[in-house]
Amino acid sequence: MADLKRTVLYDLHIALGGKMVPFAGYEMPVQYPMGVLKEHLHTRSHAGLFDVSHMGQVILRPKSGAVADAALAFERLVPVDVAGLAEGRQRYGMFTDEAGGILDDLMFANRGDHLFVVVNAGCRDQDIAHMRAHLADACEVEEITDRALVALQGPAAEAALARLLPGAAAMSFMQVAILDWDGVEIWVSRSGYTGEDGYEISVPDAQARAFCEALLAMEEVAPIGLGARDSLRLEAGMCLYGHDIDTTTSPVEANLSWAIQKARRAGGARAGGFPGAGRILRELAEGPARRRVGLKPEGRAPMREGTQVFAAAEGGEPIGAITSGGFGPSIEGPMAMAYLPATLAEGATVYGDVRGKRLPATIVPMPFLPNRFKR
Amino acid sequence: MKYTEDHEWLRVDGDVVVVGITAHASEQLGDVVFVELPEAGTAVSAGDEVCVIESVKAASDIRAPLDGEIVEVNGDLADNPGMVNEDPTGKAWFFKMKIADLSALDGMMDEAAYNEMIG
Repeated sequence: MADLKRTVLYDLHIALGGKMVPFAGYEMPVQYPMGVLKEHLHTRSHAGLFDVSHMGQVILRPKSGAVADAALAFERLVPVDVAGLAEGRQRYGMFTDEAGGILDDLMFANRGDHLFVVVNAGCRDQDIAHMRAHLADACEVEEITDRALVALQGPAAEAALARLLPGAAAMSFMQVAILDWDGVEIWVSRSGYTGEDGYEISVPDAQARAFCEALLAMEEVAPIGLGARDSLRLEAGMCLYGHDIDTTTSPVEANLSWAIQKARRAGGARAGGFPGAGRILRELAEGPARRRVGLKPEGRAPMREGTQVFAAAEGGEPIGAITSGGFGPSIEGPMAMAYLPATLAEGATVYGDVRGKRLPATIVPMPFLPNRFKR
Repeated sequence: MKYTEDHEWLRVDGDVVVVGITAHASEQLGDVVFVELPEAGTAVSAGDEVCVIESVKAASDIRAPLDGEIVEVNGDLADNPGMVNEDPTGKAWFFKMKIADLSALDGMMDEAAYNEMIG
């Protein structure tokens, strides 16, 4: 696999029997010997450890020294209330472009004297260039290149992580903290991409393997690959950039309006002022023409990404397409996301073209499985 | 047992041939979550796509290994597709075919040749 990068945990993946595949320019484990199905279920019943070190970690350090200045500058690029985010808290957001499309989705945290941003691996270089181009007057944009990022997810995540980092137990959902592990500074947020309670944990490269091995030594913790990561996030109704969202979808179409707080909407304290605000505010007011919905195919046949969706069992042109689809091990059936006309209500039946046959599917609310975040 | 390059096994059982996929193939597919079977009574030509297997990763086909007629399908697989991973060469057979000339199997790989192919 020439030209592919490796995370600092590569040797650990190999030692654990990980099956490595190319993903976003990296060699990453798609599964371990346990297999995708059992890894998925293990995460839901116990705790799963994921290597997400391929993702970009960035610090936005305000030149003035005041984090509020970094927050206001960052608001130029995202339709999200950054200035109103309290110290120690994290939020979901997205970079938008002038046409109102999504350049990437991300998490950001207020860490007192700076913002900490986590972006997708495939968009990292472009995101960093984007931030440098638009925030240089207010912030230093520092890419963190000497830290691994792992996620520990599942109902046993709290008990497991608290054995290493006792302070993790008291954290609330979307809280961030800097904790100490035998003198090593660990950056922790209580968040994730599975719909379960859990943490995302930034560990210095030098200690990353030892930290992961300390977690994996615990009976309830198993290593989990990209395969189960995808089925877990899909059951949780979460978007995968480049599939469910991209520059052709707006945040409103993507059903991510919840991430656009009042302060940035029409009539808010800092309304607009982000790329694509014209379209996005209009869609918030008038509703989008199409939106991302959940689909529950009847029967067991999965409807995969790219499946064309029709309004009727015969005839007519496609009304949309599936952007992610597969089998949900916890819901024990197929599930999919699609962009469909906003006129179609939940409960409506549509038809996915699977190998030339139109199979019925119902529009359902997401998540497919209720999330279990620590509120 | 005989084997095809598409990772199917064939076992002669009286005047029919039982067809399934090899353990190697089931490992490569990953956890199987859905199986679509043909109708018994279907006439098929070698190479026809007769079954669909969906795993947690992707969809793949099973092709008819020879010309003939599907005489029986394993309905248990539709309810319990995970059998393909648990017992690929036993309980998880896919279909039985009637073949005009059983000597057509003679040219197929035996176990040693198949194991050599998959390395």
